[in-house]
Amino acid sequence: MTKILLSTLLVSLLAACAGQETKEQPKAAVESREAAKPSGAEARPAGQQGVAVNPLKDPNNILSKRSVYYDFDKYDVKDEYKPMVEAHSKYLASHKDAKVTVQGNTDERGSREYNIALGNRRADSVKKIMGAMGVPDSQIETISFGEEKPRGTCRDESCWKENRRSDIVYQGE
Amino acid sequence: MQVRMNSHLQPVSKSKGVSEKMKLLNKLAVVLVFLAGFPAAHAALTIEIVGSGANQIPVAIVPFAGESTLMQAVTPVVAADLQRSGLFKMIDAAAQPQPHEPAEVNYPDWRTRGADALAIGSVRPRADGKLDVSFRLLDTVKQSVLAGYSYVIPPAQLRATAHKIADEIYEKLTGDVGVFSTRIAYIVKSGARYELQVADADGYGAQTVLASNEPIISPSWSPDGTKLAYVSFERKKPIVYVQSLASSRRQVLAQFKGNNSAPAWSPDGSQLAVVLTKDGSSQIYLINADGSGVRRLSNSAGIDTEPAFSPDGASIVFTSDRGGSPQIYRMPLAGGGAQRLTFEGNYNVSPHFSPDGKSLVFIQRANGSSFHVALQDLATGQVQVLTDSRMDESPSFAPNGKMVLYATEIGGRGILAAVSSDGRVKQRLTTSTGDVREPEWGPLSKNQ
Repeated sequence: MTKILLSTLLVSLLAACAGQETKEQPKAAVESREAAKPSGAEARPAGQQGVAVNPLKDPNNILSKRSVYYDFDKYDVKDEYKPMVEAHSKYLASHKDAKVTVQGNTDERGSREYNIALGNRRADSVKKIMGAMGVPDSQIETISFGEEKPRGTCRDESCWKENRRSDIVYQGE
Repeated sequence: MQVRMNSHLQPVSKSKGVSEKMKLLNKLAVVLVFLAGFPAAHAALTIEIVGSGANQIPVAIVPFAGESTLMQAVTPVVAADLQRSGLFKMIDAAAQPQPHEPAEVNYPDWRTRGADALAIGSVRPRADGKLDVSFRLLDTVKQSVLAGYSYVIPPAQLRATAHKIADEIYEKLTGDVGVFSTRIAYIVKSGARYELQVADADGYGAQTVLASNEPIISPSWSPDGTKLAYVSFERKKPIVYVQSLASSRRQVLAQFKGNNSAPAWSPDGSQLAVVLTKDGSSQIYLINADGSGVRRLSNSAGIDTEPAFSPDGASIVFTSDRGGSPQIYRMPLAGGGAQRLTFEGNYNVSPHFSPDGKSLVFIQRANGSSFHVALQDLATGQVQVLTDSRMDESPSFAPNGKMVLYATEIGGRGILAAVSSDGRVKQRLTTSTGDVREPEWGPLSKNQ
C-alpha cells in the first residue's frame, strides 16, 4: 500500500512534467522525493485515501506507456520514445525493488532465430538507455519473443509496424 | 510433455495408394501400436510432387504376394517413396501375370513394358503372428538379381519395412543412400496450440513430442536420432530443452538470464552450440549435452546466431550482422577469426551444411520481403537459388544430401516442402489444418 501511495505522488509529479517540455524537471522531482523519503502516512495525499492510482496503470501517466516501436530491420530507440523510456528509468532508479522485463518483438519476415536475436537487440536498446540513467542490471532482464508473439496478425505493414516493438513489463504484472 | 497421437491432422484425399479401409485399419493399428510404445502409423501429411529428375530410372514394382489382405500393403508405400524422389519413372505393374519369384519373371515382357528394374516379393504370415517379408530387385536387361532381402517383422512394422525396401532399391539403382526410413521433426501451430511433432519422412506416423500453449521453435535432432533439442517459451521466455524421444524425459539444457535459443548438435553428440544473451548481445556458446560446461565461442558486439556444425565438427557456420547486414560466416572451433561466406544480397540467414560438408543451404532475401532457399558451393562460392516461393524458412538437408526440407507458405498457411539439391524436383507436404513450420530432417536411422 505504501508503495502504491508513494508511487502516486511520484507519478503525479512525473505526469505533470511529461506534459511540459523541459527534461530536467522529472529528474528534480525524483531527487526531491528521494531526499524527502516520505513515509506512507506523509505521502498520502489528503482526501485520496484508498483511491490511489497505480502510476504504472494510470492512463494519464507516461509510465502507463510501455511500448517502443522500430523501423524495419532497425533497433535504435527513436527520439519520440525516449521520454517514456527515461520516465521508466527514473521510476526504476527510485524503486529499487521494482524489476522490469523488456520484451523485444519483430515482424514475421525472415528467420525465426534471427528475429529472436533482432528482438533482443531492440530490448537491449531500451535497457541501454535505462542503464545510462543509473538503473542497475539487476533490475532489468531483456528477453525476446522474436516474431513468435505478434500483436497484429495481418500480413502487411499495418500489422508489421505494430509488431516491431519492445514492451516494458513490470514484475508481477 | 507426454507423447500423444495427434488427432487434428487428417489424412487428405490425395494420399497415394491407401484405401479408406486401410486408413481405418491403420488408425486401429495406431492405437494398439501406440500402447505398445512403438511408432504409430498415421497419415498426417499429404505429398505433392512437382518436376522430375534429369534421368528417371524406369522401375516396375509388382504387388507382393499376400499383401492385399494385410492392414498395410507394402508395395504402394515403396512406390510412393521412390516416386517422391523424382528419380524414378513407375512402370505399371498391375497387369497379370504378376511374378513373385525370379523364376516366374518373363524378362523380355518387362523390357517391352519399359522397365529397367523390377521389384518382386511376398509377405507371408508365420505361426508366431509375425510376418515374413521377402523381396528381390531384378535387372531386366542383365536378367540378374540386384538385391534380395527378407525380414521377419511384427505386422506393425510393415510401413517401416516398406521404407527399408525403398531404401534398398534407391541405393542399388542410384548409388546414393536412401532416406525413406528417416524421420522429420517440425512444429504445428493450430489456433493457440503449438505441437512439436516427429513423423516418418513421408509424413506418416506423426507423433506429438511436446504440446504447449506457448511457442516452440528450432527443433534439432541429436546425431543418433534419439533426442531433440528445441526452444520452448512455456516459461515466458526462450529456454533450450533436450528431450529423449523414447522416454519423453527431458531436461533444461540452457536457462540463463535473457534468451536461450538456436540449439545445434555437434556431430559426435557430445555438445551443442546455443545462442545466449546472458552477457549482453546474442552470442554463440558451447555447452555439454548434459547442460554443463558452458563456454563462449563467438565474440562480437552485434548478433551472432543460428550456429550449425560442419560434418567434421571442426567448425561452425552462423548468421551475424557484424558487417551491417545479416550474413553467413564460418568460424573454426579451435579458435580464430570468422570468415564471411555470403556476399550476394543483404540478408542471408539460417545456414546448414550438406552432409559432405561441401555446400551450404540457407535462406536468401531477394527483394524486400521475398525469401528463398539457396545453395552455395563452398569451393567456388557459387550460389544457386532453389525455390521460387516467397516465404521460405528453415532449410535442412536430407542425410544423403539429395533433398532439402524447408518451410514455406501457401495461401497464408505454413506448409513443409522439399526440393532436390539440384532444384529440379519439388515436393509439398500439406496438412488439412494448422500451420506447419520449423522442420528439420533427422539423421539416418541406426539400423540402416
